[in-house]
Amino acid sequence: MRRALPSIALHAVLLAGALVTLAPLLWMVSASLMPSGDANSFPPRLLPRTVTFEHYLALFTRLDLARHFWNSAVITVGATVLSLLFNSMAGYAFAKLRFAGRDRVFQALLAALVIPAQVGMLPLFLLLKSMGLVNTLLGAMIPGLAPIFAIFLVRQYARSIPDDLLDAARVDGAGELRIFWTVVLPLLRPILGTLAVFTFLTMWNDFMWPLIILSDDRKYTLPVALANLVGEHVLDTELMMAGSVLTLLPVMIVFMVMQRSYVRGVMMGGVKG
Amino acid sequence: MNAGRAQARAAWLLLAPSLGLITVFFVLPVLGGLVLSLTDFDLYAIGDPRNARFTGLGNYSRILSDPLFWKALGNTFAFVVLGGPLSVATSLVAALLVSSKLTRFKGFFRSVYFLPVVTTLVAVSIVWRYLYHPQYGLLNWALGGIGIGPVDWLGDARWAIPAIVLMSVWKNFGYNMLIFIAGLQSIPDELYEAAQLDGAGAWARFRHITMPGLGPTFLFVGITTMLGQFQVFAEPYVMTQGGPLRATTTIVLLMYEEGFRWWRMGVAAAIAFVLFAIMLVGTAIQMRAQRGASR
Repeated sequence: MRRALPSIALHAVLLAGALVTLAPLLWMVSASLMPSGDANSFPPRLLPRTVTFEHYLALFTRLDLARHFWNSAVITVGATVLSLLFNSMAGYAFAKLRFAGRDRVFQALLAALVIPAQVGMLPLFLLLKSMGLVNTLLGAMIPGLAPIFAIFLVRQYARSIPDDLLDAARVDGAGELRIFWTVVLPLLRPILGTLAVFTFLTMWNDFMWPLIILSDDRKYTLPVALANLVGEHVLDTELMMAGSVLTLLPVMIVFMVMQRSYVRGVMMGGVKG
Repeated sequence: MNAGRAQARAAWLLLAPSLGLITVFFVLPVLGGLVLSLTDFDLYAIGDPRNARFTGLGNYSRILSDPLFWKALGNTFAFVVLGGPLSVATSLVAALLVSSKLTRFKGFFRSVYFLPVVTTLVAVSIVWRYLYHPQYGLLNWALGGIGIGPVDWLGDARWAIPAIVLMSVWKNFGYNMLIFIAGLQSIPDELYEAAQLDGAGAWARFRHITMPGLGPTFLFVGITTMLGQFQVFAEPYVMTQGGPLRATTTIVLLMYEEGFRWWRMGVAAAIAFVLFAIMLVGTAIQMRAQRGASR
């Protein structure tokens, strides 16, 4: 009985916290289903009077949001696949292969982690302009292809691969690249899952770089299109909420499905960092 | 010997794509940025780079004498000083609550608190813009319920930064919460049991076991949170466009405007390097403070 009271108080606080955390997202979904104008009323309406999907329809017909959804998907999936390939290769090489200068190169990469992305953004824009990559999806993808943090993450994990396993494969006459492909890559699968979620979320949610590099509104990613849309449709609360739901849906789904992988990555970065 | 050489060759092959991309698209641009910041690179130079001239430290002296730069710097510090501690404190409280031995459904609460972290910043900034609406917003309605008059959160220069900070705490506290939970798990239970036997109360245990045990975690969380706050961009871009009266214009927003709206890229590059220098100093200060505290 003495323990019951603290326990009830604790759970009351936890539940209140959960409600406050979820409230903005729940209201977003609710408002996106309200008829036009209903979200701007006083006192505020929490639930729709009648449920309508007209705003979602408008996004796909009148405002062509499917195009932006597609742009975001291409950039996100493309960067994720390439990043997984490149960074698993580099992370493994740093963790397990012996070569002159390994530690020095890795130290240099770690030191470069302190440089904020904004420092290189202006010349990167000019560089991509000279390469003809401004206003292309590839240009938007480029900063996501080889994040130093990802190499670090894979290296950390790859260190746990036993050397005996690799040596056994070498004795059997397998070449180094073949060992990477057939022995190492399957062992790296858990950390690649983590990296995939990280890259996916980062690329999908990214705003500043696509805003800079994509000048033609047909090329906009979903977040850039949304930020643009709010300028013209700021009074269409329900429409903007539908757009927000649509933007959040993919990352929410990915997170729900891959939660475990993602949490491991956060904790690895936090504990080791 | 031969095997060693094969290994080295394979290693460089495997490293080539990543190192190549990092060199071309990160290292070179950063060095280029340094050069750029010493030139008067502008719209004419974008047409033809030969129009750019070296101006030495001209851009740096120009921004240091620009009141708008100091305004943006002050705003950025307000984000750091207000948002950093508030965010870390919220994360720590959430981690302690979720990790408590009494807590049931830990996984559920952890997931719910973490959910905002994965959301798209632009989308939730738009959602919060409406939550902050002075007339129809949920926040003023809720505050009205406890007798607090309507506040024009984003339209009032005094409230705009606190309002954006509040949203960013909501969005980010779940991330550091996870890191604190991992830190808490690494503190051995025996320490708490021994302290309890010695008659230490809950506060004494928190003060003398939990806090020191979380030392390295605090350093990591403190630095990453601070660096994040130094780079605030999307929130003011979407919610206030840097207003009202420039009250939410941050350094990165200013850099964006100078570089990509007015195409004064030399000036913008100088702003970026000043920010970088400030972030380095901030990191060094935190590391030193932490070393002092743990001694």
